[in-house]
Amino acid sequence: MISKKDVEHVALLGRLKLNEEEKEIYTKQLNDILEHAEKLQKLDTKDVTPTAHVLPVKNVFREDEVGDHLPNEKATANAPEKEGNYVKVPKIM
Amino acid sequence: MSLYQKTAHELHQLLINKEVSAEEITNSVFNRINDVEEKTKAYITLTKEQALEKARNVDEKIAAGEKVPPLAGIPIAIKDNICTNGVKTTCASNILYNFVPPYNATVMERLNGENVVITGKTNMDEFAMGSSTENSGFHTTKNPWDLERVPGGSSGGSAAAVAADQCIAALGSDTGGSIRQPAAFCGVVGMKPTYGAVSRYGLVAFASSLDQIGPFTKDVTDCAMMLNAICGHDPLDSTSVKNDVSDYTKFLQNDVKGLKIGVPKEYMTEDLDPKMRKVIEDAVVKLSNLGAVVEEASLPHTEYALPAYYLLAPAEASSNLARYDGVRYGYRNVDADDILEMFMKSRSEGFGSEVKRRIMLGTYSLSAGYYDEYYNKALKVRTLIRNDFNKAFEKYDLLLSPTTPSTAFKIGENTDDPVQMYLEDIFTLSVNLAGIPGMSLPCGFVDGMPVGLQLMGKPFSEGTMLRAAYTFEQNTEYNRQRPAL
Repeated sequence: MISKKDVEHVALLGRLKLNEEEKEIYTKQLNDILEHAEKLQKLDTKDVTPTAHVLPVKNVFREDEVGDHLPNEKATANAPEKEGNYVKVPKIM
Repeated sequence: MSLYQKTAHELHQLLINKEVSAEEITNSVFNRINDVEEKTKAYITLTKEQALEKARNVDEKIAAGEKVPPLAGIPIAIKDNICTNGVKTTCASNILYNFVPPYNATVMERLNGENVVITGKTNMDEFAMGSSTENSGFHTTKNPWDLERVPGGSSGGSAAAVAADQCIAALGSDTGGSIRQPAAFCGVVGMKPTYGAVSRYGLVAFASSLDQIGPFTKDVTDCAMMLNAICGHDPLDSTSVKNDVSDYTKFLQNDVKGLKIGVPKEYMTEDLDPKMRKVIEDAVVKLSNLGAVVEEASLPHTEYALPAYYLLAPAEASSNLARYDGVRYGYRNVDADDILEMFMKSRSEGFGSEVKRRIMLGTYSLSAGYYDEYYNKALKVRTLIRNDFNKAFEKYDLLLSPTTPSTAFKIGENTDDPVQMYLEDIFTLSVNLAGIPGMSLPCGFVDGMPVGLQLMGKPFSEGTMLRAAYTFEQNTEYNRQRPAL
């Protein structure tokens, strides 16, 4: 069972600020969804290799060649706040 | 028949015979949008000026005697999670409400290479999370067959736009059924190609091991033409695969003789609406009469696909969506005093409730102490599901099923219960877990609403699927029916 405290912890990890009502709703809904997922525990998967990716490709390499790149002005054009060509954020330390 | 009602291959013939101009086609489609968009609300952004400019450009090429590609001058709509250089790409999320990509997704570069006319960006569930477009941060798209019903999702805007003739074809993306389910609900053809067949570069990531771009079209021939344009290896996507097929239209043969088709019994359960079952059984009889060998098949782990999917997709999403922090693009809360508060406030105010729910679920299942019980377990179940398909494909060329357990549901019917909404994807998401191609094509109606027939194939067997779908379409009339709007 997920408790409200778990929900608060996970919200912090996911960088989400939840209000009291959201905490209650997500506690209930996450429990519902995970209860549904309990079904998986019925399967014996001791000797099964996990599939993280369906393709047989590994280590895709290519030549390290200089290509086109976005100029700074374009790359930072969407930033909510800028100073010159830098992205500006509130204080970090 | 108006120009906007026609298919891409019909319009291409008219264009190269100089019977109509691309500008006339584009104007016809925008007039149609003008007439019905208020009802369907399929689009988020329209790009009429650029579309007309592009169309005139195509007309100049044709006038100059240039041979133009099959999709040149054809008006196509793009799901709003595919990056379009200079055109807002929001993912139907308030956190990206003002995001203008400074580059094109590879599929957009390819469509531009074909001289396609882009009509605009279509509505969707926020970040492609949902089955109805009700999770759009902006508005809900209506099903053109019944405006009180959902068009399906997440690519509901693209499906509705094609069904309502507000474009000739469209692109969507499919992570657990997001092309096939809305295609079924709206009575159009939708294809999720094999994982790796189409470059994901510039597709805003939801669950990277499951996401794939694919087309919505009015018929199977147009589907093959769209695949020709978008498939192929891309050095910018290391998961894209080299593919030998140079022309999918070669597979458009009216012949299924000897084709072995399995119908997984787990998809035809007691729970299936009897009217739906009848429509699917009629389709099976049709294909058998045309010479296909249709038998009951089995995918024994089907019931575990949904819980596995709803652990894996949110886990990948929680990681992919970490980038929306209010720093480089999108929405930022400007009242925060420090950076952590800015992250938390921006994300909480920018994301809608389903997206937050999935970030929470994914973060939980990946967190210390639960990883093995949930995430890793689901990855192992994914192997079992793949093995089921591999085994079935030793015997069958294709698998066939309903695309959805029922026809389009009413707006608001499933919004309070996430598990019920997730059940909408029960027939489609195994295909994504296995990485195989799947398509939905119109196969009948229940109470006036379209029913989708799903075909599933081996990796890179899109050609075989097209052949079966084309044969079915040539011998039925379902794809020619259009909603009265």
